[in-house]
Amino acid sequence: MLQIRNLHVNVQGHEILKGLDLTINAGEMHSLMGPNGSGKSTLAQVLAGRDTYEVTEGEVLFEGRNLLELEPDERACAGVFMAFQYPVEIPGVGTAYFLRAAVNAVRKHRGEEELDAVDFLGFVKEKMRLVDMDEQLLKRSVNEGFSGGEKKRGEIFQMAVLEPKLAILDETDSGLDIDALKIVADGVNSMRRTDRAFLVITHYQRLLNYIVPDFVHVLVDGRIVKSGGKELAMELEEKGYGWADQSIRHAAAAS
Amino acid sequence: MVSSTEQTPMSSETDATLDRWQSEEYKYGFYTDIETDSLPPGLSEDVVRLISAKKDEPDWLLQWRLKAYRHWLTMTEPTWQNVHYEPIDYQKIIYYSAPKQAKDRPQSLDDVDPKLLETYEKLGIPLQERAILAGVAVDAVFDSVSVATTFKEKLGEIGIIFCPFSEAVHDHPELVQQYLGSVVPHNDNFFAALNSAVFSDGSFVYIPKGVKCPMDLSTYFRINAISTGQFERTLIVAEEGSTVSYLEGCTAPMRDEHQLHAAVVELIALDDATIKYSTIQNWYPGDKDGKGGIYNFVTKRAKCLGRNSHISWTQVETGAAITWKYPGCILIGDNSVGEFYSVALTNNHQQADTGTKMIHIGKNTRSNVVSKGISAGFGQNTYRGLIKITKSAHGARNYTQCDSMLIGDKCGAHTFPYIEVKNSTAQMEHEATTSKIGEDQLFYCNQRGISTEDAVSMIVNGFCKEVFRELPMEFAVEAQKLLEVSLEGSVG
Repeated sequence: MLQIRNLHVNVQGHEILKGLDLTINAGEMHSLMGPNGSGKSTLAQVLAGRDTYEVTEGEVLFEGRNLLELEPDERACAGVFMAFQYPVEIPGVGTAYFLRAAVNAVRKHRGEEELDAVDFLGFVKEKMRLVDMDEQLLKRSVNEGFSGGEKKRGEIFQMAVLEPKLAILDETDSGLDIDALKIVADGVNSMRRTDRAFLVITHYQRLLNYIVPDFVHVLVDGRIVKSGGKELAMELEEKGYGWADQSIRHAAAAS
Repeated sequence: MVSSTEQTPMSSETDATLDRWQSEEYKYGFYTDIETDSLPPGLSEDVVRLISAKKDEPDWLLQWRLKAYRHWLTMTEPTWQNVHYEPIDYQKIIYYSAPKQAKDRPQSLDDVDPKLLETYEKLGIPLQERAILAGVAVDAVFDSVSVATTFKEKLGEIGIIFCPFSEAVHDHPELVQQYLGSVVPHNDNFFAALNSAVFSDGSFVYIPKGVKCPMDLSTYFRINAISTGQFERTLIVAEEGSTVSYLEGCTAPMRDEHQLHAAVVELIALDDATIKYSTIQNWYPGDKDGKGGIYNFVTKRAKCLGRNSHISWTQVETGAAITWKYPGCILIGDNSVGEFYSVALTNNHQQADTGTKMIHIGKNTRSNVVSKGISAGFGQNTYRGLIKITKSAHGARNYTQCDSMLIGDKCGAHTFPYIEVKNSTAQMEHEATTSKIGEDQLFYCNQRGISTEDAVSMIVNGFCKEVFRELPMEFAVEAQKLLEVSLEGSVG
């Protein structure tokens, strides 16, 4: 589904990603871990199409298409979703209105009929149950006055509504208490399907107790230094990122 | 493409092409080719007399006009406002232009020139009562005269007078004489004095005691003729315990020259009366380089004369090359309430200097001001407001919220709030924000599949929500669409 080859990315003249390779197939749950500043969020932003990031080398294919050529809204319509680390407030724009515009933009792109307000409401209420969201929230402005937890749950709710092919979760667990964390994880797990893939970005192993990944990758200084199964996350928790980094350095020194 | 052998300037094919082209930018930019009765350009005492004579006015009104004209001659054009324009040559303006009619004034809609009906049809304002917007009565002002008024008879049955100003002068002289100039005197300011001298038509509304007007009343102003200024005058009087909601809309053809629109609006509310006055101003704004467009220099003022009276101004200003106006309320009656809700959008090279004046005189008077300014392109948007609490206004309260939004980095937002408090019991609140339409917000919308253009209009509409909800339902929808069109191309 997603192939990233030798990706180099600059932000304001600094190279953040320094040759990243990653392949994600449909149905897989990948977790990307790494210390602060290693480039995790940069990768998420680049995949979503944020234009403040400059790709200097490499390629990204999504279902065989050059993802980097598409505008952010085209990527979303193609099925790429990113749950924001810091969801943005849009005062005066109702959540229901916003989401219907989003759903209809995607449906229009797929050549499907647009949903009217009544059909949409029925569809959305079903999804709200997934993340235990209060229906009142639909009437409020997008993310305005939401608590940190509500914002993060809101992102998972939006993901459920938009039914993407590839979902990127950018530190969705940060700032969540254990109850909220479980709700978010349940929402994500309920969405796992053979034709959908996830890239879950996190600092901590904690989230991975609830969302069990097929693959874990460790990002250090702009490169993936280690990949493995879910056990890798446990090992990291125990030994820290320094361990992963050193083991790769040792390997490099030995060769 | 259009065949070049076609010699007539407006073949139906070119007409259609033009229409399509215009509809992408300013869809009301067409011109109606209609025979007119116009005065030559220029202003003099003779012109004032001629206008008055054309309307067969009583002597008191001619004298009032002349008083205004003579005073205007002693005044100089104000320059304190935060807008810039080439000096206006008042001798080049045509002060009276009216479409020719079989008789002086059509007696019923059947007598109205079909070309005019067609014009209003094109503007989305059908004048046939059966086809009309549900529950809205319309007075249609075309250049200097009112060409049709709908539902006049039906409203008349419950004592409501809704007619062209010039007709009111003949049919209800005592009311006009009592209230004309009572809120905006003939010598109030440069443009109000000019208007008082040469005003040609406008709407007159009188709601009798205890009557709740059963439908929205509206006036649709259309400038059509070239080089012509429009100087209309609207007067609304709401007697004790009455209620009325009034809406005005404005459009003009696309032209390279600037045209002047200098109107005066006076509202009077007596005890327990409510007037809601909404404006959707969509004059031609000029082209992308700032060529052409209407100068919209308007004086609008309301008097809350009676106890518990309530007057509310709502304006959506998206058109005009320059907008300069401060709809205000003089709160004389105890417990009276004045409100001002405004959205002003300037794109390309448009300029706006607008806001309100709230003068608190009566006890426990309240005023509420919500202003939303949006600047895009090279647009300059100024909020200027005066809140004045006089000595007698015990327990007066004001709340002002003034928000500006910038789209792009070549536009400007300016705020000049003036506050004068002479009574220590007053409570004042002023909140102001300026925000740049966020890259973050746009990206967030994009990431959900919403295109940048749709995202901008969504964010801007959200920003203006507090004002839009004050508009009558169908016009709120209209206002949203208008913002979308006006913002086209504002984000590169």
